[in-house]
Amino acid sequence: MKTLAELKAIREKMQNQVGLRAEDHNHTRVVVGMATCGIAAGARPVLTKLSQEIQERGLTEKVAVTQTGCIGLCQYEPIVEVMVPGEPKVTYIRMNEEKAVEVVNRHLVGGHVVDEYTLGATDMK
Amino acid sequence: MYRSHVLVCGGTGCTSSGSPQIIERLKDEIEKQGLTDEVAVIQTGCHGLCALGPIMIVYPDASFYSMVKVEDIPEIVSEHLLKGRVVTRLLYDETVTSAGVKALIDTDFYKKQHRVALRNCGVINPEVIDEYIGTGGYEALGKVLTEMTPDDVIQILLDSGLRGRGGGGFPTGLKWKLAKQNDADQKYVCCNADEGDPGAFMDRSVLEGDPHVVLEAMAIAGYAIGANQGYIYVRAEYPIAVERLKIAIEQAREYNLLGKDIFGTGFDFDIDLRLGAGAFVCGEETALMTSIEGKRGEPRPRPPFPAQKGLFGKPTILNNVETYANIPQIILNGADWFASMGTEKSKGTKVFALGGKIHNTGLVEIPMGTTLREVIEEIGGGIPNGKKFKAAQTGGPSGGCIPAEHFDIPIDYDNLISIGSMMGSGGLIVMDEDDCMVDIAKFFLEFTVEESCGKCTPCRVGTRRMLEILTKITKGQATMEDLDKLEELCYYIKENSLCGLGQTAPNPVLSTLRYFRDEYEAHIKEKRCPAGVCKALLSYVIDRDKCRGCTLCARNCPAGAIIGSVKNPHIIDTNKCVKCGACMEKCKFGAISKK
Repeated sequence: MKTLAELKAIREKMQNQVGLRAEDHNHTRVVVGMATCGIAAGARPVLTKLSQEIQERGLTEKVAVTQTGCIGLCQYEPIVEVMVPGEPKVTYIRMNEEKAVEVVNRHLVGGHVVDEYTLGATDMK
Repeated sequence: MYRSHVLVCGGTGCTSSGSPQIIERLKDEIEKQGLTDEVAVIQTGCHGLCALGPIMIVYPDASFYSMVKVEDIPEIVSEHLLKGRVVTRLLYDETVTSAGVKALIDTDFYKKQHRVALRNCGVINPEVIDEYIGTGGYEALGKVLTEMTPDDVIQILLDSGLRGRGGGGFPTGLKWKLAKQNDADQKYVCCNADEGDPGAFMDRSVLEGDPHVVLEAMAIAGYAIGANQGYIYVRAEYPIAVERLKIAIEQAREYNLLGKDIFGTGFDFDIDLRLGAGAFVCGEETALMTSIEGKRGEPRPRPPFPAQKGLFGKPTILNNVETYANIPQIILNGADWFASMGTEKSKGTKVFALGGKIHNTGLVEIPMGTTLREVIEEIGGGIPNGKKFKAAQTGGPSGGCIPAEHFDIPIDYDNLISIGSMMGSGGLIVMDEDDCMVDIAKFFLEFTVEESCGKCTPCRVGTRRMLEILTKITKGQATMEDLDKLEELCYYIKENSLCGLGQTAPNPVLSTLRYFRDEYEAHIKEKRCPAGVCKALLSYVIDRDKCRGCTLCARNCPAGAIIGSVKNPHIIDTNKCVKCGACMEKCKFGAISKK
């Protein structure tokens, strides 16, 4: 290493990975349902995609991606819940990798709920 | 990219309670579940809760598992890492409440702590330099080399109010300033990692958990005083610390953060390790430097001070590990930030190793000025078994004790000295009503007698005479004249010893005499040990009315000292009794007592 710029490059690369280990009450929590039903419906690629996106965009100091068990809506799995501190919880259903990227872009970065993927948008019977 | 990081403590405490086996099993299970690309297993330094090791934290949800067993791993992997169901029954019980799992930073143990020196301990992998850089590592060195003059660096340290964490509390900035002022063709930067107080392990934890912070701070020191060579003097009894330092130095050299022309600024600095053989006196600065020179580790008179003539006769600065661990943060966050923590004359935080009769044995970092009550009752979780607090010992064999009457004193350098103790390097041993203060003083004297290097007479002979008198007291053979002689010896040794070891060796006796003279007098006048510790002054007796003659005590007595037949009260033959207390422990009727 010869320059400060090189040090900065390593820092930026590592910051998001080490940032995953922060403990903060103000974290936005993104929770993926990972019970048997969720896994069977394809929750794991969604989880890994979300986690990867968050880290690549340097959001780990604000957003934590975690898992949870079955919330009882097995038919709508994979389910992803987004909990921004101070805002109502948003539940996304029937997620896949593409939708996950969109949620990161529009909701977590842009601040707008992606209405069409939410539980409210379906006609629940 | 990993979605989850599993941190397993690799400090000495958790290593000895089995963390390497945990890591191995974790990796196996993660592979078995096909999670290798999703979950990273990272070995870190100490988290502080050593009593509950091995410790494991799962991020990003920060679930804190304590006392993890190898058998628990498959469940944690399949439930938590795969399905996201935290295995609540295996969590640290303080984090589990009726309202759900509470964050670790909200537990009593961590709530009042403020981690500066230990900021990366238990968070990063100490064997990977990139992780240190990821938390802002080596940025302070970059800033110093490119934006600041050596005088700026010294000024910021002076303004911060940082004082040496090794015990003496000398202002660090002033030490550097003196070394800079002395012109010489060669200067040295040394790090004192010869932590020898019984029960203290702060420096070890920093070295094991965040070795790069010490390297970075030493390079900053080199720039400030004009030195291009550093030495870390670390004891060989710290094999994990030595190993991680070796790895860290190698990695820093690879990145050219040590070596020639660092950051292209023309500044050269390198560091070498020197292993100490574990002599306590080598923690004294002149003895340490003599030992680095390859000679027998003995102190020499000061002046000349190391800043004038230190290692190999050249101007040298010597700072303790914890002192260095604060420096990069001070450079990055500024002197005001550091000075905003602590008390008027003691700034920043201090790491303490909590030990003795306390619930949470381990490592804590608190702002200066925190009271002893907060440390012991809140952070430490109080004294086990409902016993009463008697005193806390700080400063190890050089320090003294703080009795219950000073329980609310804010801890800082000057307050501790004013009540006859000292900060020391940070060992804090808690004692309850079952501890005999004469016995404690004797314990520390045994240590100093053993560790005295023998160069000067007051220390070599004087401490031995003190120990003899203390032994007489604990055996009930001493007179009040002996006690006067003991006190006189204390002052004589303090005034006439060559180095810090001898000058402070009488402190444990002086401070226990100051606060617990009645205990000394009880041993001498009444031939009685109030705490029931000193064996020679104890006798065990069986209460005739309570004894049912079950013979259990007689069967358990290793010395065959209990006489009696079935269903008849037993008697202890005091001539044969070795006072081990086995009978009292076994008796189901509470018929045996000691007095």
